[in-house]
Amino acid sequence: MEKSIAELRETFKNGGTKSISWRKSQLKALLQLINQNEDSIFKALDQDLGKSPVESYRDEVGVLKKSVTYTLSCLEKWVAPKKAEVPLLFFPAKAEVMPQPLGVVLIFSSWNFPFTLALDPLIGAISAGNTVLLKPSDLAPACMSFLVETIPKYLDNKAIKVVAGGADIGERLLQLKWDKIFFTGSPRVGRLVMAAAAKHLTPVTLELGGKCPAIVDTLSTTPSKAKVTAKRIVGGKWGPCNGQACIAIDYLLVEEKLASTLIELLKKTIKRFYGENIKSLKSISRIVNEHQFQRLVNLLKDPNVADSIVYGGSVDEEKLVIEPTILLDPPLDSEIMSEEIFGPLLPIITLKNIEESINFINSKSNPLVIYAFTEDETFKKRILSETSSGTVTFNDSMVQFLCDSLPFGGVGQSGFGRYHGKYSFDTFSHEKSILHRGFYPEIEPRYPPWTDFKLLFIKLAYEFDYFGLILLLLGFKSS
Amino acid sequence: MLMENKAENKAVFDAESANEVVKELRDSFVTGKTKSYRWRVTQLKAMLKMLDENEPQIVAALRDDLSKPEFESSLYEIQMVNNSCRLALKEMNHWMMPEKAKTSLTTFPSSAEIVSEPLGVVLVISAWNYPFLVSLDPVVGAISAGNAIVLKPSEMAPASSSLLAKLVADYLDSSCIKVVEGAVPETSALLEQKWDKILYTGNGRVARIVMAAAAKHLTPVVLELGGKSPVIVVSDINLKVATRRIIAGKWGCNNGQACVSPDYIITTKDYATKLVDSFKCELERFYGKDPLESKDLSRIVNSNHFDRLSKLMDEEKVSSKIVHGGQRNEKNLQIAPTILLDVPVNSLIMKEEIFGPLLPIITVDKVEQSFDLIHSSGGKPLAAYLFTNNKKLKRKFVETVSAGGLVVNDTAVHLAIHSLPFGGVGESGMGSYHGKFSFDAFSHKKAVLYRGFAGDAFLRYPPYTPGKLTLLQALLSGSIVGIIRALLGWFWA
Repeated sequence: MEKSIAELRETFKNGGTKSISWRKSQLKALLQLINQNEDSIFKALDQDLGKSPVESYRDEVGVLKKSVTYTLSCLEKWVAPKKAEVPLLFFPAKAEVMPQPLGVVLIFSSWNFPFTLALDPLIGAISAGNTVLLKPSDLAPACMSFLVETIPKYLDNKAIKVVAGGADIGERLLQLKWDKIFFTGSPRVGRLVMAAAAKHLTPVTLELGGKCPAIVDTLSTTPSKAKVTAKRIVGGKWGPCNGQACIAIDYLLVEEKLASTLIELLKKTIKRFYGENIKSLKSISRIVNEHQFQRLVNLLKDPNVADSIVYGGSVDEEKLVIEPTILLDPPLDSEIMSEEIFGPLLPIITLKNIEESINFINSKSNPLVIYAFTEDETFKKRILSETSSGTVTFNDSMVQFLCDSLPFGGVGQSGFGRYHGKYSFDTFSHEKSILHRGFYPEIEPRYPPWTDFKLLFIKLAYEFDYFGLILLLLGFKSS
Repeated sequence: MLMENKAENKAVFDAESANEVVKELRDSFVTGKTKSYRWRVTQLKAMLKMLDENEPQIVAALRDDLSKPEFESSLYEIQMVNNSCRLALKEMNHWMMPEKAKTSLTTFPSSAEIVSEPLGVVLVISAWNYPFLVSLDPVVGAISAGNAIVLKPSEMAPASSSLLAKLVADYLDSSCIKVVEGAVPETSALLEQKWDKILYTGNGRVARIVMAAAAKHLTPVVLELGGKSPVIVVSDINLKVATRRIIAGKWGCNNGQACVSPDYIITTKDYATKLVDSFKCELERFYGKDPLESKDLSRIVNSNHFDRLSKLMDEEKVSSKIVHGGQRNEKNLQIAPTILLDVPVNSLIMKEEIFGPLLPIITVDKVEQSFDLIHSSGGKPLAAYLFTNNKKLKRKFVETVSAGGLVVNDTAVHLAIHSLPFGGVGESGMGSYHGKFSFDAFSHKKAVLYRGFAGDAFLRYPPYTPGKLTLLQALLSGSIVGIIRALLGWFWA
């Protein structure tokens, strides 16, 4: 492994990844990889997670294709140095900021979106001119094998490598020196990654999670809006990998008088989307493995929590399936309300007044996303200014992920750093400041021995008080 | 809190005290006080007043701590912070406004923006060499972004630390901005707490401790460190101007004790003598025949650093390479501007950041070799400098040398240009600040997407069918032709 990394470093040192043509060729090759292997990708995702092709396309293949295409079309613009303004005092001078690759970067991806979370950061790292070691999650083994086998067939092996393995490989990798580490996963492991990075002063981006709430305030608008709200909630909970997503809706907040309306709408929608019961469940991913399955089942073990189930609750251990489950007001101190659920269980918390949702959300750590279904403009403003989250999405779920112009990242316990679109390029770049100066004119007062006159001159100069300077030079200001 | 305790019973500032401080600031932050534009403006204006009304005291404290010449104190410590405040006051309105973001057909109809919000309660740990500048400049950024702040000045500049504590308490809002003085125990107590951001200025060793502590709470950090900032001098230049500018960036900046000070020079063998002569001439013009008598040079901060620098100079095979200077006064902690020629590349003085008035000149046969030397020298420095008129060399320098910031034909002045981000890379640090970058460093850029209820793409939802897949492919591509075609196909299928 150390040899591979030495090779990555050598390749970088020799400038193998610098040229725009290299970066473009790699991105195009990645696009080819995706285009030519769609079926294998669908198969691997079905094997690891039971994802259907539509979900796989919508959340993985399609997203990646879009990302590569967008990056290819913007790369030249992003790589170009940007001019910076220089005060007249420094004339003649030219200032600019030039993005530079960081060097050898390490990307850790997660199991729930094994392709997106591995390859989207990879796109950023390549576009910024780095060499990369990708460590996919072994909890999605078919996808990991696919990446290990297929990437070398399409991309430059000397610059982009994939390593298979579990936590022990991850730990070994963390002992080495990287120029950047990009991590998607849980806060617990995020802490370990950052602590390891600290030993080498390696900058990190941590894409973590949290309990993403959805405030529901549109049920008493029109029936069609209420229906669309329900669809978007259901789509935002069980759509992305059956709730096993950092941006999946974790729990709902609704006014108590509307709770039953909401539950009825949700039930209808769930049945329409996924089937009548656990036996006829379709178009939905399964739970990734036994360990996660047990964890979710345990969340329902607490009798007070089990009592609050109003829909669903059935499990099939053999198939690792838990049907979409709705709970109404489970105890607030239960684990299901304190831990990120990351599964198909949806608690609904009722409030006397929907405005209380702001305090409720603030009582928990900053989530990755806050979803708010409301048409009340004042309420929207309050949500924006009184809560803190990576992103806020109004009146929909999940789609913010598709917006290349919006930075995707967390704050507080949901992480720091961001990517998508140009932000991916930036996250793997160092913005180098450059100042060019001429030899003339010379500002004598810069130099010792210093006198009161020189001091006053420089003070005025630094305040860009050009008029004052003229006065001083003409003898009209005294030092 | 801590300030009152100093006089009689020197109470210990431990983790519990630190926790109380953070709790108080968090309670203040939660009230929304620091978020308001008015609060930010009053604090910045108060800081301007603070600097204006206390210039002599600040100059005196810096003279106590570093024998810093009034010129440097006035310019680099007071004036630069003054400039930052005024820039923030002028631009803050604009910085605080949400930034519109483009949306594509894929999420139509929708609108998007990026909203800046304060991170919360932040910790600024500053250094001893520019005790006011690297304390207050980050604080200006943190205030402009709407945060509550704890400032921990360096105990190695005690007069400045104590003056800062007093002035901040007198002029700024103590319910939201506090100074905690102290050394390792106090800093450790602070680092155990949960902060929303930490900005640390100092050295790589302590930076690792700061980042490791931050990792426990997933706190993002900005680390402003240092490195060996090289200067390449080519023979095609105006030697006098180049020499003066190097002197100004080296000995004119706290006598070489600055993170962006030119650390060492690389030049061609045939130019070295001319360069050394030029230095001798200009150094004498600036500092007189006996630099230890000049009032325009800072002293070495303390005996630890004096001993460290002496060791660098006295190393075998190095001491014989001194071609100018070398005078010392241990009692007054003074070392004269000292130039060394062609010290061994593996000597201590060429391995660690000098941070003092010693300037080694390394010679190479051809100028191009200087780039190899820089790349092989280990960590990426905070700054790198080149003096030449040759366009090709400039381009090569700019494209291949990796450092926090580069300057061609001058030294150190890029710090004064607010449109340039100031920060390191690799061993010289991570993150940046100055100008709007300070505001950004202490802000969370929240992405906001507004969607309406019209235009619900039914093909997002299950049950999933192959037809939906085709349509989805078209929709995600964002191409309107593709979408129309697919829709037509759907209807005609």
